[in-house]
Amino acid sequence: MLGGPPAIRRLRRAFTIAVEMRPTTIIAMTEITPVPSLAARVASASPDWMARRASGLSDRSIAWLFIAPTVVLLLAINIFPLIWTIRLSFTNYRANRPNAPLLSVGIDHYQSILSDADIWAAMQATAHFVVWTIVLQTLLGFALAYLIDRKFRGHALWTTIILIPMMLSPAVVGNFWRFLYQPQIGLFNYLVAFVSGVPPSSFEMIGSVKLAPWAIILVDTWMWTPYVALIILAGLRSIPDYIYEAAEVDRASKWRQFWSITLPMVLPFIMLAVLFRGIENFKMFDMVNLLTSGGPGSTTEVASITLKREAFEKWRTGFSSAFAVILFVTVFGLANIYVKALNRVRQR
Amino acid sequence: MTKHLLGAAALAAVAALVPVAPASAQPKTITLCWAAWDPANALVELSKDFTAKSGVGMKFEFVPWPNFADRMLNELNSKGKLCDLLIGDSQWIGGSAENGHYVKLNDFFAKEGIKMDDFMPATVLGYSEWPKGTPNYWALPAMGDALGWTYRKDWFARPDIQADFKKKYNRDLAVPKTLTELTEIAQFFQGREIDGKKVYGAAIFTERGSEGITMGVSNFLYPYGFKYEDPKKPYSMEGFVNSEGAVKGLEAYKALFKCCTPPGYTDAYMQEGLDAFKSGQVALQMNWFAFFPGLYKDEKVGGEHIGFFVNPPEKERGSQLGGQGMSVVSYSPNKAEALAYIKWFASPDVQKKWWALGGYSAHKAVLNDPGFAATAPFAADFLKAMGEVVDFWAEPSYAQLLLAEQKRVHDYVVADKGTAKEALDSLIKDWQKVFKDDGKK
Repeated sequence: MLGGPPAIRRLRRAFTIAVEMRPTTIIAMTEITPVPSLAARVASASPDWMARRASGLSDRSIAWLFIAPTVVLLLAINIFPLIWTIRLSFTNYRANRPNAPLLSVGIDHYQSILSDADIWAAMQATAHFVVWTIVLQTLLGFALAYLIDRKFRGHALWTTIILIPMMLSPAVVGNFWRFLYQPQIGLFNYLVAFVSGVPPSSFEMIGSVKLAPWAIILVDTWMWTPYVALIILAGLRSIPDYIYEAAEVDRASKWRQFWSITLPMVLPFIMLAVLFRGIENFKMFDMVNLLTSGGPGSTTEVASITLKREAFEKWRTGFSSAFAVILFVTVFGLANIYVKALNRVRQR
Repeated sequence: MTKHLLGAAALAAVAALVPVAPASAQPKTITLCWAAWDPANALVELSKDFTAKSGVGMKFEFVPWPNFADRMLNELNSKGKLCDLLIGDSQWIGGSAENGHYVKLNDFFAKEGIKMDDFMPATVLGYSEWPKGTPNYWALPAMGDALGWTYRKDWFARPDIQADFKKKYNRDLAVPKTLTELTEIAQFFQGREIDGKKVYGAAIFTERGSEGITMGVSNFLYPYGFKYEDPKKPYSMEGFVNSEGAVKGLEAYKALFKCCTPPGYTDAYMQEGLDAFKSGQVALQMNWFAFFPGLYKDEKVGGEHIGFFVNPPEKERGSQLGGQGMSVVSYSPNKAEALAYIKWFASPDVQKKWWALGGYSAHKAVLNDPGFAATAPFAADFLKAMGEVVDFWAEPSYAQLLLAEQKRVHDYVVADKGTAKEALDSLIKDWQKVFKDDGKK
């Protein structure tokens, strides 16, 4: 427990300095002292002929000149294909029959997608996957970040080690986890048997209708929890220590500190991590495809696998364009609502 | 900075002036694309003869089976120039013919005196013709194949195992004469201890991603009476795809899967079957005849340990057709050399060498040779199989038809969804929708 008046005076002084040294104050201080800026030095070093050419152009046109290549690339790779996909979704186009006559089918594709039981099953599988991976990764990621923030001995080494899974390619991860899940020779069943005493070959993760959805959730959690932990760790590290000290002065318990300080201040970071992981897992393809091929049956056939099969195996380009547009609108809509909520939380 | 720029410009100018070796000075090479498996390695060996005779070099592009269709159909649809020759799957014939991917070979065959009568009729129908049953040829039958079975002959020969089997089933342990007998043999071996290791009954096809489970289940459906359509009314499937026999056949396949396969065998195709058999895990293995030469040569399970048999009948006979034809890709810039390769490959002595190296010739000079059955322990079974092969649809929309069957069958057999009748009824609905979209009803 803190001592008498000298300690409190020291604390108060630290608090005051911290408040006064807020970013706005610091910027105001630097603007007073004139220093030849980097821009001015570069301008004086550029050759005459270049300066003469550029001097005719306004600042705005120079700015446009610099971002023009990126804008062109964005239009070509993002915007044009999106508009073309929307156009194709109203036709019967099939990429493997370029010479077939192109007919407009109106909203037929959209109607058949929204009334197709198999597509809804795929969306359900995707939703199950997204929700549970987010829940598990947030809980485990937070716990991991909290532990690392304790700064125990060797925490830097352990932080690096737990980052290894997320550096692997999802396709590679799907591939070798297939072997890990093999009931007879795989490590996973062996470990479960070791811990629980159940014979290793008596259950199988990938081939079972009940366990296969959890198999993919497990692999994704193994791979991406460190990512969530990193983001939350940044949040935890951004909480200034003086707030905890002030709380200790006010005799707040650890639990109260956690609920009133840690959680609210880390919440924007958690929400950001959830947003990133949510968007990523909504379009998850390679890891699931290599692990289960969408099986058994279509139990783990997430929306991307259905889309890939429609687009590049059945070659129903118009139909799959409509499906892609529906998925895009879903993700876009959900992300928009979510970002609004995120902004509200950040402004608190 | 100006000096640096001038220096760089001078370097670039000098580099541009250096003459590049003219491409015409190098010998021509053509690329042949196929799946990556044992016969492909045999073809590399065989093609050395072509290079020696014609001076045209051969490059090969082999893709593993689960990715073969994806990779090659994408290549064809984007008019890629990777392949001059393509040994494409028999199902691709319809799409490739109608979409202009393959060169029509009728004129070439007529000019070079290559007669389709010299090849086994089932292979001409299955690998070359589109539309089926018409004399329009888009490929040369290159690799004859069908789905057969291998078994552990050495286990069958053990007296204690024979005695146990006789006691349980009241008949001798031998090559099964029907699919029911096959299932009984698999049940007998399931979980048995042999040489201190637990073994299982059968390794069958259950792969979800490409075509595995469809190929496997067909070997049960055909003998039980499944037909793709009314022989008198094309594309009429009701009562043929979901006939009583077909339902029983599908149920029998599921029963075999549930009772008698190794643990974790829910997504297995050719390689997994080979692994299971070669590691001594199973008594029976379903796999393509293409692998039998390699299996026979295997140190652990080959030779005296292995036996082969054709797909047993139940009510009728039927084996799933495999195999491929060799086609010239129409986007190739080396069509003349590619056609020369086909002419060389079609000659009877090359075909004989092809069989000797491990490829399955479809040429009558090889297959009708009186000594053929003695050339390998599986040769006679291969002939028998080719006499009763049935192929999957080869329509241009074959991929949609195949994906529908993959889903319905895997849903029922592995994921325990619904009944066999429901699966086949849904399959008919899926297929009708595809044919309707194609304007074929």
